[in-house]
Amino acid sequence: MSESISKITSNKPVFVDNDPQEELFTLNLGPTHPATHGVFQNVLQVDGERIVSGVSTIGYIHRAFEKISEHRAYYQITTLTDRLNYCSSPINNMGWHMTVEKLLDIELPKRVQYMRVIIMELSRIADHIICNGILGVDTGTFAGFIPMMVKREFIYEIFEEICGARLTTNIGRIGGFERDFNETAFSKIKQFVKEFPAVLKEFEALLERNRIFIERTAGVAAVDPETALNYSWSGPILRATGVDYDVRANEPYSSYEEFDFEVPVGTNGDVYDRFLVRNSEMWQSLRMIEQALAKIEKEPKGIFHADVPDFYLPPKEQVYNNMEALIYHFKIVMGEIDAPKKELYHCVEGANGELGFYLISDGGRSPYRLHFRRPSFINYQMYAPMSSGMLLSDAIINMSSLNVIAGELDA
Amino acid sequence: MAKLSNESIIARLNSRFEGRFNPLEESYGLLTLETGKEDILDVLEFLKTNGELQFGYLTDITAVHYPHLPKEFAVVYHLHSLVNGVRIRIKVFLEGSYPAIPTATVLWNGANWMERETYDFFGIQFVGHPDLRRILNVDDMEVFPMRKEYPLEDPNRMDKKDYFFGR
Repeated sequence: MSESISKITSNKPVFVDNDPQEELFTLNLGPTHPATHGVFQNVLQVDGERIVSGVSTIGYIHRAFEKISEHRAYYQITTLTDRLNYCSSPINNMGWHMTVEKLLDIELPKRVQYMRVIIMELSRIADHIICNGILGVDTGTFAGFIPMMVKREFIYEIFEEICGARLTTNIGRIGGFERDFNETAFSKIKQFVKEFPAVLKEFEALLERNRIFIERTAGVAAVDPETALNYSWSGPILRATGVDYDVRANEPYSSYEEFDFEVPVGTNGDVYDRFLVRNSEMWQSLRMIEQALAKIEKEPKGIFHADVPDFYLPPKEQVYNNMEALIYHFKIVMGEIDAPKKELYHCVEGANGELGFYLISDGGRSPYRLHFRRPSFINYQMYAPMSSGMLLSDAIINMSSLNVIAGELDA
Repeated sequence: MAKLSNESIIARLNSRFEGRFNPLEESYGLLTLETGKEDILDVLEFLKTNGELQFGYLTDITAVHYPHLPKEFAVVYHLHSLVNGVRIRIKVFLEGSYPAIPTATVLWNGANWMERETYDFFGIQFVGHPDLRRILNVDDMEVFPMRKEYPLEDPNRMDKKDYFFGR
C-alpha cells in the first residue's frame, strides 16, 4: 500500500520547507464545508499549507437503502435510486429498471431503448456540467459556470416535461416509460442539441487553454492507471488515467452497441485530464442523443413500454372498466408479481463510473438482498491517501474533480 | 480475441487447485464459484495474476446473510477481467455469529472500504485489514444492521404487519 501511495505523491512538486511548523494543525474539512459540495468530512493534519495526512469520515447522510430495499416491492425501489447520485438520477433509475427487467426477462422495444439512451445521456451531460462548472468555480472563475448551469436548467425542464419532476426524477417504469414523450419534450430535446454546442464551445474556450486554469489543474493529483485500477476506480476519472473502460462500450445495454461514439481517454490522470475527459464525454453524449433522435424517427410512433401486463401498470381507464386490468393493477401495486429465484449483477455507466446492482431474488415481493455498487464510494477512498503531501488548495480541486456526490457515497 | 469461456476459466482454476471447483450457478452467463475461507486469498491471487485470466479489477465485495443455512454468511466478490471482458463471482460461506475471513486488501487497495462496509453491516471480520472500523454507521452502534434478524423499524408498530396485506 505504501508503495503505491508514494507513487501517487511522487508526481507532485516537492517543496523546500524553510519554515517548518513546531506542530501539526488539525483541520476539519467538512462535514459542511463549501468546498466539499456535500456532507462528508476530512480530518486533515496540515503543516502550514501542506497536508501531511488525512482521514475521511463518511456516512453523514447514510439512509440504509439496502435495508429498506429488502422490505419494498421492486417498483418502490426506484425512488431510492433517485437519491443515490442525485445529480444524474435518471441513470440510476434506468439502471434499476434494467436490472429488474433482466431478472423478469423483459425485452424492451427498440424505441423505448432509444428513449432511455436520450434520458441517460442528457443526465450525464447535466452531471458533467455540474462537475466541470464547479471545477471552474473552485479554481476561481464563475464565468463559465453560469451559462452551463442555464443549460442544466434546460435539461431539468426536459425531465419535467417527461416525468413531472426535476431532481429526484423517478423517471420511467419497469418495462418502459410511464407515458410517451410529448411533442414539447421532443422539441425541447432538439432545441437543446442545437443550442448546447455553442455554450460548451464557449466554456471550453474559456478554460481549456487558460493559463491560470492549466497551472492550477495540470499535474495536480496525477494518478497512474495501475494505481487507479488497484483502487477499483471507474468512470471519467479512470479514463483520464488512460484506461478505456466504459460499461457502455464494454458491455452495452439499452442498445448502446448500435451507437457510434468514442470513449475519450486522458494520459496523466490529473485534474486537467479529468476535465478534458468530461468535456469530451459531453460531446459524445450529444452525438448519441442526435443518433437516438434519428433512430426514434424510424421506429413506429407511440410505443413507450413493453407489452408485459404482469409488470407494467394498465392505463387508468381500463382499471376502472375492465376486470383483468383491475387485477393486474392491484397485483402490481401491492408488489405481488412473480419474480424468479435468481441472482444477478447488472451495471450501467453512471456519470461517475460503474453503477452496479447486485440483486438476489428469492421469489418474494422484495429483493432478498440488494447491493448498490456506488462509484463515488469506491472512487473516494483514495482521496485521503492521495492528499498527503498535497497543498490544501490542490486537494480542494482534486475533490471537486473526483465529483463525489454525498448521496452516492453513503447510500 | 476470442471471449474466455466459463468452462476454460474453471479448467484453469481446477488445474491449479486440484479440481475443487464446480460452478454454483451460471445465470445470465456470470460464472459463480464457491470456495472456502482458507483458499480465498490464493484463489483471488491466482485469478488476478494468471496471465490468461487477468481478473485484475475488483468490482465489488459484499455479503449476504442466509439465517436458514448452517453457514449463515456469504461473502461475495465480483471480479472483472477488463482484458477478456468477463466477470466472475466468488462466494465464500462462513459460519458462526462472528465470522472471519482473510482480507483482500493485500491484493487490492480498493478492497479497503468495501470490506469496511461489509464489516459495518454484517459484522464479518476481515483478518489483517489495516483499518477495520465502521464506515457508514455510527461508531458506538452495537448491532450489524443488515443481518436479517435486525428489524427495519420499530417491531411494535402494528400498521405495517404483513398479515394486514394478505401476505
